[in-house]
Amino acid sequence: MMQDILTKEESLGLYRKLVLARFCEEKICQEYFKDEMKTPVHLGIGGEGIPIGVHHCLPPSTKAFGTYRNHSLYLAMTEDTDGFFGELYGKRNGPAKGKAGSMHLSLPEKNFVATSAVVGTTVPLALGAAFANTYRGSDDVVTVFFGDGAVEEGAFWESINFAALRRLKILFVCEDNGLAIHTHARQRRGFKSLLNIVEAFDFYKGSGDGSDLTEVIRVTRQVTRQMQDKPGPALLNFTYHRFLEHVGPREDFDAGYRQKPEPEDIKRLDPVLRFEEELKESGLQAQALEAIRCEVQEKIDRSVKTAQQAPFPPPEELFADVLI
Amino acid sequence: MTQTMMSYRDGLMLAAAHEMEADPDVFVFGLDVPDHKRIFGSTRGLVEKFGEKRCFGTPLSEDAMTGMALGAAISGLRPIHVHIRVDFMLLAMNQIVNMISNLRYMSGGKLKIPLVLRAVIGRGWGQSAQHSKSLHSFFAHVPGLKVVMPTTPQDAYSLLRSAVRDDNPVVFLEHRWLYDIEGEVDFEKIAPLGKAAVRKEGKALTVVGTSWMNVEAVKAAEILAKRGVDIEVVDVRSIYPLDEETIVNSVKKTGHCIVADYDWTYCGFSAELASVIHHRCFADLKKPVERLGFAPVPCPTTRPLENLFYPSAVHIIRTAEKMLGLSPTDLDGESFYSYENKFKGPF
Ligand SMILES: Cc1ncc(C[n+]2csc(CCOP(=O)(O)OP(=O)(O)O)c2C)c(N)n1
Ligand SMILES: [Mg+2]
Repeated sequence: MMQDILTKEESLGLYRKLVLARFCEEKICQEYFKDEMKTPVHLGIGGEGIPIGVHHCLPPSTKAFGTYRNHSLYLAMTEDTDGFFGELYGKRNGPAKGKAGSMHLSLPEKNFVATSAVVGTTVPLALGAAFANTYRGSDDVVTVFFGDGAVEEGAFWESINFAALRRLKILFVCEDNGLAIHTHARQRRGFKSLLNIVEAFDFYKGSGDGSDLTEVIRVTRQVTRQMQDKPGPALLNFTYHRFLEHVGPREDFDAGYRQKPEPEDIKRLDPVLRFEEELKESGLQAQALEAIRCEVQEKIDRSVKTAQQAPFPPPEELFADVLI
Repeated sequence: MTQTMMSYRDGLMLAAAHEMEADPDVFVFGLDVPDHKRIFGSTRGLVEKFGEKRCFGTPLSEDAMTGMALGAAISGLRPIHVHIRVDFMLLAMNQIVNMISNLRYMSGGKLKIPLVLRAVIGRGWGQSAQHSKSLHSFFAHVPGLKVVMPTTPQDAYSLLRSAVRDDNPVVFLEHRWLYDIEGEVDFEKIAPLGKAAVRKEGKALTVVGTSWMNVEAVKAAEILAKRGVDIEVVDVRSIYPLDEETIVNSVKKTGHCIVADYDWTYCGFSAELASVIHHRCFADLKKPVERLGFAPVPCPTTRPLENLFYPSAVHIIRTAEKMLGLSPTDLDGESFYSYENKFKGPF
């Protein structure tokens, strides 16, 4: 039950983040066809609850690393819609002045340290950040988000081993949509259970339905508590349904590699609808939610307008930031 | 008639299909090779025709899959390992640079490595720093690898067939924008590895181009031809082995040379080529060789900076004008990046 683990304020804050991530990406879908956002977008619609839920359980000093499918994580950690859209429009007001685009978003000053579009490559970086924490005697956990495809890379297993060896406080979070582009996990994996393998490395572990924000929070809290009691790494595996194509703003069910979910399943697969339902069941007024949606939509519309009107970086910016 | 109009992607696809028909030991594999997008169409039809035994996808495991290709090659098979971006081949650099390139030498010439590593390179659409490189200079730096960059559909077809038949490891680099180019392909035509091609004859100046830069160079030559300036365009085609003769003959004739490379210039292939040309054409050169390439930075996402990152026909024209002492050509009304207009993102 939601009420057992979340206060009313927490729930509303989480709802706001869910809606923020969802509306931002829906806005991208609407605007993308104008060909002004010239950056490939890997949308996370369906998976928003995972980064939002995990980061809700950790203090703001927690460093995070991610992938090219990073919008929800960026927004959950920063709520910075101005910078977000600035970057997607390639404008000077983006956090990387347009150099990063969607695939490489980050905001180090808010502890969203780095993302990468080469699969699996930020996993060892998180290891280094966790190493630095123990080195300095800090108690902080480090999180790293990756897809189920990243698990097949050698660097993933090398990182798992080192994290276990050094008892690093690192939370590996698998955003498991069962797909690597168009290829199903069963076509790529010669093993059955990731969690069982990782457990043999002496990891804490947790798993659940990533479409259920409350469950994400419940499982994450359990595991982070274990990590605080006795330091060590953990792996969380949350499944979710990727509503859109791998990259881009469309659906691609007509391509034939997977089935479109039935309408009656949508309520279960959509983390926003699902959380909304729970909020209503817990007695929250529909107007309170509507007010949040309106406020968030206005914020997003303002940020998009700002980004559209912002200047591009000047030519000399090309040569800035290579080395100090 | 063996002559047909086709796209570069179809040239690649047919070369693989024809080699697979001719030799049951040839197989094609790599991440996403058999999905419905088929590596931008370049592996279309292969799994239907040859089955999953000879055309298959892999886990995301570039390092081990490259080692597995090498193991298969030294066991007598002829793998074609495909990477949708050369940037991901970097995960396999240990296998490529410590194993594939060395193993024949270290076996005293006993092992044979008939292996093709296909990879897509270059500019797509807002692809940023991790999906945009070429890296031919990296690969060609290492003894024991052949490095090929086809520009035309004919070369996509003929050079891939030669690469598959070669008993050496061949890195085969295909620019993303070239995939849509259409051209005549003659199936009978053989293009041996290690031969350059003159794309356009001229007397005033030689542009030696790699990959996409040949498209830019031909465009530059067309524009300069309107004011009577005759540019010769030489397509290197094979980075290693290098056809010095064709390049040197051209530069001896024109006395001016621009190396238009599609890579960073520092410690790059353009420096290698400039050195060869200075050495062999010293007495014939009227000006030092000029080099064009990527800006010396990681590739940025935002369009105005991305445009500045990549070399283009305009850079070639402006450099040629300076070398030949010409006033700047009025470029208003000229259309550039013609293939980009056809190209639709996001990949
Ligand atoms: C090392 C590497 N290999 C291949 C690719 C091409 N690629 C991009 S995303 C992707 C699938 C990754 O799937 P997953 O890790 O499950 O993440 P998801 O996209 O499902 O979030 C692949 C193969 C890449 N970017 N990097
Ligand atoms: Mg996935």
